[in-house]
Amino acid sequence: MNELRTILGDVVTRLFTDRVTKELLESAEQGQWPDDLWQAVEENGLTLPLVPESKGGAGGTWGDALVVVRAAGRHAVPLPLAETIVGSWFLSEAGLEAPSGPLTIAPVRLGGTAARVPWGRAAGHVVIVTGVEGRPMVALTARGAGEVTLDQNLAREPRDTLVFDAAPVVAAAPAGGRVPANAVWLYGALVRSAQMAGGLDYLLRQASQYATERRQFGKPIGSFQAIQQNLAVLAGHTAAAGTAAAHAFRAADRGDPAFEIAAAKVRVGEAAGIGASITHQAHGAIGFTYEHALHFVTRRLWSWRAEFGGEGDWAVELGRSVAERGADALWPHLTAR
Amino acid sequence: MQTFRFELGDLPAEAESLRAEVREFLRRELGDAAPVRRAHSWGGFDREFSRKMGARGWIGMTWPKRYGGHERSALERYVLLEEMLAAGAPVSAHWIADRQSGPLLLRFGTEAQREKFLPAITRGELAFAIGMSEPDSGSDLASLRTRAERVAGGYRVNGTKVWTSNAHLADYMIATFRTHHDPAKKHEGLTQFLVDTKLEGITMSPIIDLAGSHHFNMVVFEDAFVPEDMRVGEEGAGWKQVTTELAFERSGPERYLSSFALLLELIREVGKDPGERAAATVGRLVAHLTTLRQMSLSVALMLQAGENPNLEAAVVKDVGTTFEQEVPEVVHALLGVEPTIDSGSDLQQVLGFLTQRAPSFSLRGGTREILRGIIARGLGLR
Repeated sequence: MNELRTILGDVVTRLFTDRVTKELLESAEQGQWPDDLWQAVEENGLTLPLVPESKGGAGGTWGDALVVVRAAGRHAVPLPLAETIVGSWFLSEAGLEAPSGPLTIAPVRLGGTAARVPWGRAAGHVVIVTGVEGRPMVALTARGAGEVTLDQNLAREPRDTLVFDAAPVVAAAPAGGRVPANAVWLYGALVRSAQMAGGLDYLLRQASQYATERRQFGKPIGSFQAIQQNLAVLAGHTAAAGTAAAHAFRAADRGDPAFEIAAAKVRVGEAAGIGASITHQAHGAIGFTYEHALHFVTRRLWSWRAEFGGEGDWAVELGRSVAERGADALWPHLTAR
Repeated sequence: MQTFRFELGDLPAEAESLRAEVREFLRRELGDAAPVRRAHSWGGFDREFSRKMGARGWIGMTWPKRYGGHERSALERYVLLEEMLAAGAPVSAHWIADRQSGPLLLRFGTEAQREKFLPAITRGELAFAIGMSEPDSGSDLASLRTRAERVAGGYRVNGTKVWTSNAHLADYMIATFRTHHDPAKKHEGLTQFLVDTKLEGITMSPIIDLAGSHHFNMVVFEDAFVPEDMRVGEEGAGWKQVTTELAFERSGPERYLSSFALLLELIREVGKDPGERAAATVGRLVAHLTTLRQMSLSVALMLQAGENPNLEAAVVKDVGTTFEQEVPEVVHALLGVEPTIDSGSDLQQVLGFLTQRAPSFSLRGGTREILRGIIARGLGLR
């Protein structure tokens, strides 16, 4: 692990552990924008890991961004941090300046309507990638003037409908070689995979800890083989999720990551459903209450696995690309990645 | 709770250039071998093939040159293994010696044992079997009872080993016997030996598997004499050696590639332009497969870096064997074709073979339940 990643890891862990408390998560769910937290995240340079230092970013790689995004998932950070990281990278690849403040991303044509835009109401600007005459273009629009219809996901994170008819385009430019026309979908899936992998990290730690503390029949429930076997399965899915996400982020640094992103969204999404189920089972009734903090992560997992394409969508995409290349190309393809 | 780590990295250039060489070799040697032959994976036993691999320097390739090895990196060996398994090469005649017996002798054997056995192994001339399980000692391996009593010049052995794969084809067996009995300390008093399979006092009989094949054997020892210089390691050190040996074999590509031949047949079957359901099935399996490869490779990279990723290795085996077992189920669910023995299409035959073979994937080398117990210990639950 390089130096920047170690520093980033320390910063995010300290910051999120201190600031992202149960009280903060509850107030965010009630619609309170956690502005102090956003300011702290911005001041610590966590929003622009992929933007060059000359433009005010950290000048890092997707591998560095993974540290931030995965931690944001682990702590259920109620901010459009992943969206801002992706949006600022699109802008930077197109040679555009990233504005300060939260960004979001939306797959929409200029002048259209976008449904379920993450953090639509909170984002000052929306970054759009769209094909114009067959060429991908990146556009930065100010959200302010457009019409917003509020909605939310299971974790009560804003997922709003935005109307872009009146939204002024602040800047637009050709996307650059690494940002394809479906980039919002693709890189949205990439960051959701990492957030889910982080959420699973939390579940495994939480379930293992609870199983050593909670006692029934005169001993910790973790001493029963039935619980041990289930948590071992959780460990396997958590490990697979972390690996699949990391593999996709490495591919993003190399360029041409569509295969790995599809694989990650499929593998991590599957792990998320199974992981949430095992962790709730281990926690019993207390984990089913609003009072216990477990649901802040499990409700996010249930939503995130469906956002930017569910496992089924990405499996079809991946399966078609594999079938197209043919059986004999599979192994050479896997080992070349 | 012990945390686990799967850091990813790149294979070194020399490993990738070896890959091209291995593929060329396999193309020539396997030609148009039937898919169902390839599906035997590391179960195919072919001494001629093993000798050719030995001639290439591909057995014991990481071992010191003075024992016939080539001092190549563990990552080069990793690439060799995954290429062999992906192609379905018949590696069984040297597999155990290369993976377990040789490394065991390098670690715990005497100089004389290393000089006698290792060079012959690297030439592909010595096949090994492993004598661990007994009729009353499966997962509870430490309860094994086959006795090796000290007599003049060596040990007299009495007892029975079962499920001894390829013992009827092997030249030697690394067997674990009880040299000391204390019911309160069953993990103590175990000792490993190099046993010539042709020794007097050994009787082998086949145990036929559910598909009608002969891999397993029952090996009965009746006053078999094993010379002193065939003991591996100290008396009583057997448990530690056995657990080390089992850890060598947990995370390799053989733990997720056993059903690879069926995935290839599935891809051929669904064609270039599959419907949604078929595409989703293929895509999901490939997502699991590519993730497992990265996990397995990550453990190999850690081993090469001198780390001790025991927990990670156990996780890879559990997740990997679960995947291997799922492939025939998923293919059945999608296509619903009948699995066959020696009629029908390649896909049907591979499906027939793997459907019947799959139950063993989570038994061999330690059951799934034992493995998950090891993982649970890593999580701090026991």
